[in-house]
Amino acid sequence: MKKTDALQGSLDLLVLKVLSRQPKLHGYAIMTAIKQTSGDVLNAEVGSLYPALHRMEETGWIRAEWAPKETGRRTRLYQLTAAGKKRLAAEIARWNAVSSAINRVLQEA
Amino acid sequence: MSFWSRITYVFRGDRLNHEIDEEFAAHMEEAIAAGDDPIEVRQKFGSPLRLREQSRDARIAGWLDSLHADIIFGWRQLLKRKITTAAAVLSLALAIGSCISAFRLIDALFLRPLPVAHADRLNFLAIRVPDDNGAPRTFDQFSYPEFTRMRAAAQGQAELIAASFTSRTDLTYTTDNEMEKGYVQYVSGWMFSTFELQATLGRLFTADDDRAPGAGPYAVISYNYWTRRFSNDTSVLGRSVHIGGKTFQIIGVGPKSFTGIEPGNITDIFLPTMTNPDVTRDDTRWLRTLVLVNPGVPVEPLRAKLDAVSLRFEAERAKGFVGMSQHNIDMFLQIKLLIEPAASGVSRLQDDYRRALVCLGVLVALVLLIACVNVANLMTAQAASRAREMALRISIGAGRLRLVQLFLVENAMLALISATLGALFAGWAAPFVVSRINPPDNPAHLILTADWRVLAFGLLLTLAVTLLFGLTSALRASAIQPVTALKGGEEPHSRQRSMYAPIAAQVAFCFVVLFLAGLFVATFRHLSSQPLGFDANNLLLLETYTPHGQSPESWSQMADTLHAVPGVKDVAVASWPLLSPTNLWSGSISVNAAPITDTWGYFISISPGWLDTMKMRLIEGRDFNSTDSFPGEAIVNQTFVKTFFNGADPIGHTFEKVSPLGDRKLCRVIGVVPDAAYSNLHDPIFPVAYVPFRQLNEKGAINPADGGTFLLRTSGINPLSLAPTLRRLVAQTNAAYRVINMQTQQELLDNQSIREHLLALLALFFATVALLLAAIGLYGVLNYSVLQREREIGIRIAVGARIGSIARLVTTQILVTVLIGAAAGIILGMASVRYVQTLLFGVQGTDPSMLIVPTLVLLAAALLAALPAVRRAARIDPSIMLRAD
Repeated sequence: MKKTDALQGSLDLLVLKVLSRQPKLHGYAIMTAIKQTSGDVLNAEVGSLYPALHRMEETGWIRAEWAPKETGRRTRLYQLTAAGKKRLAAEIARWNAVSSAINRVLQEA
Repeated sequence: MSFWSRITYVFRGDRLNHEIDEEFAAHMEEAIAAGDDPIEVRQKFGSPLRLREQSRDARIAGWLDSLHADIIFGWRQLLKRKITTAAAVLSLALAIGSCISAFRLIDALFLRPLPVAHADRLNFLAIRVPDDNGAPRTFDQFSYPEFTRMRAAAQGQAELIAASFTSRTDLTYTTDNEMEKGYVQYVSGWMFSTFELQATLGRLFTADDDRAPGAGPYAVISYNYWTRRFSNDTSVLGRSVHIGGKTFQIIGVGPKSFTGIEPGNITDIFLPTMTNPDVTRDDTRWLRTLVLVNPGVPVEPLRAKLDAVSLRFEAERAKGFVGMSQHNIDMFLQIKLLIEPAASGVSRLQDDYRRALVCLGVLVALVLLIACVNVANLMTAQAASRAREMALRISIGAGRLRLVQLFLVENAMLALISATLGALFAGWAAPFVVSRINPPDNPAHLILTADWRVLAFGLLLTLAVTLLFGLTSALRASAIQPVTALKGGEEPHSRQRSMYAPIAAQVAFCFVVLFLAGLFVATFRHLSSQPLGFDANNLLLLETYTPHGQSPESWSQMADTLHAVPGVKDVAVASWPLLSPTNLWSGSISVNAAPITDTWGYFISISPGWLDTMKMRLIEGRDFNSTDSFPGEAIVNQTFVKTFFNGADPIGHTFEKVSPLGDRKLCRVIGVVPDAAYSNLHDPIFPVAYVPFRQLNEKGAINPADGGTFLLRTSGINPLSLAPTLRRLVAQTNAAYRVINMQTQQELLDNQSIREHLLALLALFFATVALLLAAIGLYGVLNYSVLQREREIGIRIAVGARIGSIARLVTTQILVTVLIGAAAGIILGMASVRYVQTLLFGVQGTDPSMLIVPTLVLLAAALLAALPAVRRAARIDPSIMLRAD
């Protein structure tokens, strides 16, 4: 089973949750955080992470700013907005509802 | 925020790409720093271009991005075809500009609400009454006593406001020697408060300033006049102004926005109605009645109530009309009161130009439609040449909507450029037309503001135009079948056929424009070639006023003094010049003490020698001499003889002029002159009696005339060049005489046909434009169809077709189209005639010659437009044509 499939549909939730725990992260840090906290089970691919980040930024759930790095490059740091916090709560509620429903189905069998 | 950023990124696409790349680079750096394998990291990113596109789509407004691209592409397309673009822009700009001009005029005159409170509830009263011939005639003048009664009757339901007709009046701020002109209007004291207007300076009238006759000698000046005449000087308050022998004190300046209630006139000075000498007279109609209906009050019952009051008033008055025939009294008492809306004010200019402006509006709209059809055809031809491009776009996945957008954007840009140029044109054209709608010495002052109303109209028009010419060509171009287009073939006839219907419409519209223009030109020619009965050339008119009246001898001495000026051949005096429309003097006629007639006779008083000066020849009898007087002698015209003497020789016979109140004046006919125009060229010839300038009162004593017009016939030199000399001479000779106006008889004559002249001029202009556009359109379509069928024609020539049959092949369809269009145009034209008939003079719209001329002109233009295409077709060389492509 490929690891990415487990992420299907819940990338937004994970990103928002990571950012709620620690604000001002860049893309690589978010990716690493998902990987580490899931115990290497979940792995957000670059190809889906960045479009998702940019989409959520345009929707207004997260906010980005440029910060200088020691190497002289700039990096883009993301943090939650008020709308994003609300969204996170809604996503968590939805996830709980779905997963408990799935669990019920599984237990039935 | 996010919507806005998506829009701004459209115009900073490079920066967006750069930012995305930078973020990815930073990511890779982090990953490598964290110990990942650089190659693996890069592989994970896959195709950076694809990723960038994905992110870009998230962060940019897609529709706007494609719009942005379309605008740039469309602009390049327009620039690529400079000549076509220029032709399209020019014709559209002219048409749009004309439409905007027409709208500005119509808006200023009829649509824009007065800047007063509750303008939507403002109305005015009009009276409809049958004239002498029984035809209904509408007027809106009332006497003050009648107004007072109606106001009392309307109490609680509506407020009535009296306002005189704004008139150009002599006035002075210093002495009588320095007279100037100002537009004066008498208004009810409560007008300003009812309109809820506030003074800019000082105070405005109140009802208390307008209580009793003669009270409140105060004047309020308009802001506009304050600026023009006094340069906004605040010391104007308290100054005295002398008008008509009375002195008024200026107590205030009106609000900036308010220029009076008559669109076309700007009132300079407002006076209370009670200061008008005619305020007590019930036989003088000098004011309009405005009605501000209270909220919720139904209009019809109010009208009926006022109608009853008005009828009762006139019926009482008619009891004293012993000098009027019973028939005329009966007619007079058939009056019906009307309540008409006056939200945008009420003025003579509105009456005079309502139909004319609507007519012009229709003409320019037709020209715009013609221009739209032209541009649409132009665009279609262009689109056809881009068929392969379109096919390619469809093949690589462009949707139909996307292609329609591509074309619409291009067309919208074209329309927008045209509209901008058109607006500039309208900025010049609308004031130009206004400057031409009144006599030069009494110009129309129409406030033409360029505000959101005009802008909104312009934008709506642009949108409509874009859809009109853009949508058809866009839909057509986007409906291309890539298979056929890319193969290099064409669907032979479908596209052409769809171009013929617009051409027929174009021809029909063009015909209507030509037809109406023909009617207006014929009207003007008819009117200006109307026999006058006198010679209007080299005739100078000195309108003079003597405050205390002067004896006939004094007037004749002044005439002799003027006669001595070099270049002056003849001099005479009259009460007023012929063809001055505001002067009418009429009375019932009774011959040999017979009952008075239904027909009125018209009068003008003239001095001995006036007939010679006017070059009016006596048919029989003699001219006046210095002892003839009125009552006493009269010279009559032929219509007078026909009407009142049944055509019998009237010399030596007498008639009586009877005023409505029964006052009779006896005159003996001593001469007969040919018919001449009296006050209005549009009227039929009136029965006119010329009576001596020397007038006697009831006791037989001389009645000194306080006003008159000197007529000077010059010997070939321009009459107006004498003006300064004469003005000085009059002042030096006798200080009692004041020259209040100086103009030529020719000017008076020209003033009579100003509207007709203007209409003819504008209609001719638009007819030329319409014809030109239609011809270009025909040429374009024919040329295009030849281009499309070059191969077919080449084959036909190769197998031996003659030039005649080729010409027939090329032109038959278009000629049938033109004929169908012309037929439709004739039907449209005939339908429109009824509406314009009141604007015509001496011309019947149904006259076949009025139809034949435009038809011939149109056919000639069509033939001319077809020639180049036929030539082109005939010159096709099959050996070249068939080898090409």
